[in-house]
Amino acid sequence: MADLVNLTINGRAIQTPAGTLVIDAAKKAGIEIPAFCYYEGYSLQAACRMCLVEVEKMPKLQAACTLPAGEGMVVRTESEPVVKTRKSMLEFLLANHPLDCPVCDKGGECELQDMSFRYGVGESRFTEMKHHVDEKQWSPVVFYDGPRCILCYRCVRVCNEGMGVSALGVINRGEQSLITPNFEDHLECDECGMCIDICPVGALTSGTYRYRTRPWEMKHTGTICAFCSDGCKTTLGTRGHEIIRGNNRDRSGINGEFLCMKGRYAFDFIEHPERLTSPLMKVNGKLEPVSWAKALEAVARKFTEVKTRGGRFGIAASTKTTNEENYYLQKFARQGLGTNNIDHHRSGDVVALIDALNGRADALATMQDVYTMTASLVIASDLAQEHPLIAFQLRANNRHHQSNTYTVTKGPVREDKYAAASIRCEEGGELEAVAGLREQLSKEKELLVIFGGAIKGEAVGKLVAFGDSLGIPVKYICLVDYSNSRGAMDMGLLPDLGPGYEPVDQPGMTLPGMMAASDLDVLWVVGSNPLARYELASPGAFVVVQEMFLTETAARADIVLPASAAYEKAGTLTNVTGECQKLHAAGRTMGAKPDLEILGLIAREMGLNLGIWSSSNVFEEIRKSVRGYNIPLPIIATGQAAQTNPVKGGVPLRPRPDLIQPAGNTLFTSGSLGRYSKKLTSVIEYPGQLYRP
Amino acid sequence: MTFSPELEAKLEKLMNSYPPGRKKSALIPMLMFTQDEVGSITQELVEEVARRIGIPTVQVDEVVTYYSMLHRKPMGKHHIQVCTNISCLLWNGDELYEHAREKLGIGHKEVTADGMFSLEEVECMGACSWAPAIQVNYDFHHHVTKEKLDQIIDSLRKLR
Repeated sequence: MADLVNLTINGRAIQTPAGTLVIDAAKKAGIEIPAFCYYEGYSLQAACRMCLVEVEKMPKLQAACTLPAGEGMVVRTESEPVVKTRKSMLEFLLANHPLDCPVCDKGGECELQDMSFRYGVGESRFTEMKHHVDEKQWSPVVFYDGPRCILCYRCVRVCNEGMGVSALGVINRGEQSLITPNFEDHLECDECGMCIDICPVGALTSGTYRYRTRPWEMKHTGTICAFCSDGCKTTLGTRGHEIIRGNNRDRSGINGEFLCMKGRYAFDFIEHPERLTSPLMKVNGKLEPVSWAKALEAVARKFTEVKTRGGRFGIAASTKTTNEENYYLQKFARQGLGTNNIDHHRSGDVVALIDALNGRADALATMQDVYTMTASLVIASDLAQEHPLIAFQLRANNRHHQSNTYTVTKGPVREDKYAAASIRCEEGGELEAVAGLREQLSKEKELLVIFGGAIKGEAVGKLVAFGDSLGIPVKYICLVDYSNSRGAMDMGLLPDLGPGYEPVDQPGMTLPGMMAASDLDVLWVVGSNPLARYELASPGAFVVVQEMFLTETAARADIVLPASAAYEKAGTLTNVTGECQKLHAAGRTMGAKPDLEILGLIAREMGLNLGIWSSSNVFEEIRKSVRGYNIPLPIIATGQAAQTNPVKGGVPLRPRPDLIQPAGNTLFTSGSLGRYSKKLTSVIEYPGQLYRP
Repeated sequence: MTFSPELEAKLEKLMNSYPPGRKKSALIPMLMFTQDEVGSITQELVEEVARRIGIPTVQVDEVVTYYSMLHRKPMGKHHIQVCTNISCLLWNGDELYEHAREKLGIGHKEVTADGMFSLEEVECMGACSWAPAIQVNYDFHHHVTKEKLDQIIDSLRKLR
């Protein structure tokens, strides 16, 4: 515990750890000191002078954002000289700031507007022409309106420190100062939009949102991002059923206010013109729109017929559907159709990790651990590209706690910049390289091991054995690629393991096995695109596909059932660190149905009783029956994350490292789904590249 | 991009004058020294300095655009800087600057056709005690009058 100091703010006695800034000490005591440039978590700037306060025995007003609280300090934050100065500062900031609030995107949620309102700066002594520069477009998602900028440097700092990109700078000086992108007239960066969100005014505006609506006209829905497995909460602003903005300014969720380009902008896939809105059935070799009733009847008839004659089913499940959908699908397969031929695109060997941990439930890290643990070892992943939230948390950990990071990758990664050691090695050589770090690692207090899909099969066991041998507490994150890759495994979308990694009696066919089989009667694909990677060997297979788009797989289907997007349904997702969070429907697409409903309707049509197909009912069943999912309902219901923990004794393994195939998505790609976001594909950086120097 | 051996030696010494993690402090002197040799801050030079110091080019641009003594375009062989800040102004620094403009036929940050002279109206250069002052490249001239300025320019012109 740090030493405490006593100070007085506005007559109130306050005790705070030595070194606390006056602005933070006041905030903790419920006293707001206004500021534009001060931003928790980033370096101090002291540029805006809004936080000037009166401190007894100090001759001039002091910036509360850079002044550490001292013993016996007497601070006044609302005295006459302070308020007068604040008014002057606002008058100064408004000298060149255009009063275009009625059309400015930020109007209604602008910090400068709020301050002007609070301090009533209705008049200005400046009669000169306002300095004007034309607005500029820096990328499809970032626009810059120079005159509105108040030079708080928040965008510059969030890009330098938060993102580690350093794409923004400030050129010129005085009133001529302008924020500038790294490539003269345009940006080449992560296109994350953090700079836009953090801007206190409307200087940086978003390509998807600008001039589309007013903030108070939107409804806000906090849900989970549909793309990678990090499980960021994105708050979608909708007007009617149309999603027009994504951000997370309320800092709810495991990501705080962090979002990458996908979470912030790539929601546009749901309104892609190629979105399927009607079931399709193959008539004379061509897919024709049909009614839901007709399509469901045809699927049920075929399934019943094949089941009755003991034919072969193959089920390719999704890495993006909800836990409830996944659970219901495997139940459908196992109980309804009597098959274990169910699998999905596996991108990380979670099964091997569960086995290797052999009952140690405390060895699975959470997203918070990434920010707090004193040392991290990153193996075989370009985190900044593949797992932007983990990368963001690691950077923040290093910045705030001086944590040590070690990287073992096949090419340069962003973490190298601050890493204690970086090792380059070819795929397969990782464990050897890690062994070389033994001396350094064993000197750490604790270690977080983050490993990518290249570490699979036996290598996972060896890695855990190495961790054990260090003699320090070690936690693990097995990286997987998609929003519910983890949930797909936990829910038993595997031919040999049921929900909670319980072995099944007669293991079924793997995904490549199904695709290679020559006698498959039915291939049922739910939210997946296996034909993008495999040939379907059975010429006579009846293919049923639940999909949002006419993918390679859907194009080959006999029946296509249009599915809702993650942003259009309820349910839960489990992220890469096993944290389970709730989805909330933000938008709606007429004609499409959530996969859970589609499963339920097929079951009903077949006369199967698999239970009520509402997400809350199925979630209850999951909580009761799936290992590790007996998580507290209030946490889930209030939109927070609860870590599931499926760790148990060893899992009887049928090691198939060949089935683990990391997708290698960059910040701008996301399997088949990413192709349908016009925003993702429109940026100059698309498609991007991993391990780029 | 490589510089003359003398400059390279100077830059090496410069880079070693700052402790690890503080190499960024070498930025301004490095820009000044290299500008003297290259003639101006070219894009190539910006990239080279950024590479040597290990920072993004945008951070070099920030500094280059901030300081008036760093020039994106080449200045004349003799860069005449006339102070018109308060002390010099009281001693008719503004008239001196006007005189220089007329004599050279160029304005602020402009260069004569022959490339011999350039002119810049500058802020205080710390020579208030000897106002009005001008600076030609790195040389100071004190208590400058119009006549003295003519002499300086004429003698520089003879130098060739």
